[in-house]
Amino acid sequence: MELGRKDAASARISQPFGVRVRKDFKRNRLIYLMLLPVVAFYAIFHYGPLYGLQIAFKNFSPGKGIWHSEWVGFQHFQDFFTGFFFERVLRNTVLLGLYDLIFVFPASILLALMLNEVRSRFFKRTVQSITYIPHFISVVVVVGMMVDFMSTDGLINQIIQFFGGKGVPFLRLPEWFRTLFTTSAIWQGVGWGSIIYLAAISNIDPSLYEAAKVDGAGRWKQMLRITLPGIMPTVIILFILRIGSFMVLQDEKILLMYNPSTYETADVIGTYVYRKGILEASYSYAAAVGMFNSLINMALLLGANYISKRYSDTKLW
Amino acid sequence: MVHKKSFGEHAFDITNVVLLFTLSAVTLYPIVYVLFASISDPNQFVQHRGILWWPAGFSLDSYKMVFENPNILNSYLNTLFYVVAGTTLNMVMTALGAYGLSRRNVMWGSLIMILIVLTMFFDGGLIPKYLIVQGLGLTDTYLALIIPSAMTTWNLIVMRTAFQSVPVSLEEAARIDGANDWTILCRVVIPLSMPVMAVMILFYGVWHWNKWFDALIYLRDRDLFPLQLILREILVQNDTNSMMTSVGGGDRMPVAQTIKYATVMVATLPILFLYPFLQKYFVKGVMVGAIKE
Repeated sequence: MELGRKDAASARISQPFGVRVRKDFKRNRLIYLMLLPVVAFYAIFHYGPLYGLQIAFKNFSPGKGIWHSEWVGFQHFQDFFTGFFFERVLRNTVLLGLYDLIFVFPASILLALMLNEVRSRFFKRTVQSITYIPHFISVVVVVGMMVDFMSTDGLINQIIQFFGGKGVPFLRLPEWFRTLFTTSAIWQGVGWGSIIYLAAISNIDPSLYEAAKVDGAGRWKQMLRITLPGIMPTVIILFILRIGSFMVLQDEKILLMYNPSTYETADVIGTYVYRKGILEASYSYAAAVGMFNSLINMALLLGANYISKRYSDTKLW
Repeated sequence: MVHKKSFGEHAFDITNVVLLFTLSAVTLYPIVYVLFASISDPNQFVQHRGILWWPAGFSLDSYKMVFENPNILNSYLNTLFYVVAGTTLNMVMTALGAYGLSRRNVMWGSLIMILIVLTMFFDGGLIPKYLIVQGLGLTDTYLALIIPSAMTTWNLIVMRTAFQSVPVSLEEAARIDGANDWTILCRVVIPLSMPVMAVMILFYGVWHWNKWFDALIYLRDRDLFPLQLILREILVQNDTNSMMTSVGGGDRMPVAQTIKYATVMVATLPILFLYPFLQKYFVKGVMVGAIKE
């Protein structure tokens, strides 16, 4: 009680809680009315699923509903960890996530740095406009184009055969999946991803460059010593976020791209959840697998943020 | 000041430009190829090997077949409906939320905001959400693609940031004139945030246009399918049979190829046409989001 009074610095706040609630509600009635549909939406479609996540520890049957299905503890998790698919989906999820961090993530930074060095405004604008386009093309179309170009009689194989090579059924070969997935991700996102870095670059104080020139630094040195450090905070923030979604791959794209002959390298946790849950209706098991994935992501996000806070000034919160 | 460029600097510039040019070409060519192939003469096209520098012959037959196909036509109309209805609901919900949560002196506002932002990190996942949508009886209705995607947290944050930057003095002036919150939102805040509103409409619109996974899991009834789901059948599962009913035996193969390209163009052209006009708004949208939550 005493603590509460000390904390409440202003006289206005020291009114009893109930009075404040009523006053606030009276004053902001219309605002709460406006927020009502929004709160309802989040309650149903975001907190509802969180409530429904309990089926991961139950044997959900549609007849009994979420609440009345009986508890089975960690049974589904155990089944997953000891099952045949655990190793495969975990390996593929981690590897594709790593490829994304190593190749896709830096590609945008590199493009931004390169665009920044272009002297002609017209050329810069044109390159930007062109590289943004794929961001707006739907995944279905992107994968559809890949399927067509990479097919045994597609454009790529026609070119290979023209130079005397042998045709390769790319999308049917497990060893090609990761390469194709990652390369097409760069194609889709490199331009769009560079926007934020270009903005960060334009915020760098121009006098720094002037000073560097006086000191005799060439363009290469300026890029390494001024531009790159200048955008580092942005890079770190985006990197943390990226790690947090390290295992939220573009499941939808994989679902379109893979087929049973490439499952070996393409099947990830997200697609496994889809097959188990939606196609086979093993709701509880699939929910448990999905929950495992979300928990790892949470841990990674918190971990990345912690490390960044420890070793640099940049943090998400 | 005359600055003589060194050899190194020249090499740097040239390499840079060459690399960027290559990137642009690689980005653009697949789209150009599809465009050329779609307006090619089907018979000449299948005989052509390798890179297309120009359409192989000219024919709009593939487009004709696409537009005569009842599956595509119906799903096209469905998608238009999903885009218009979905985006409208998105805008109303996001504006209401953004206004309410951008006001100061709302006692529960910050708590609600925290609970909303938390959902970006905690997620129930695919299966529980599916069960909720199913439990509400939304599966296999038009609403399945509209209600569960009524708004996104990211866009809410962006719009809230924009609303917060509307000068308080204007709001107070309106209040003195007897305006309530509803009037202030419609007459003061929204008119002053038009650029952000435009960006939001575009983001949501493109989102709905390109969405397909929700339709895959929530819809069984083909009459409700959006365009992207039909595209998936034609392009990814390589199933052009449903489109070939009206073609005689011998013509089947060549047209089956070019039809795919025409379908891609039909699905992508609306966005590509709008793109040059809207590009600066899109970019602005990314910026607004980047500035800070």
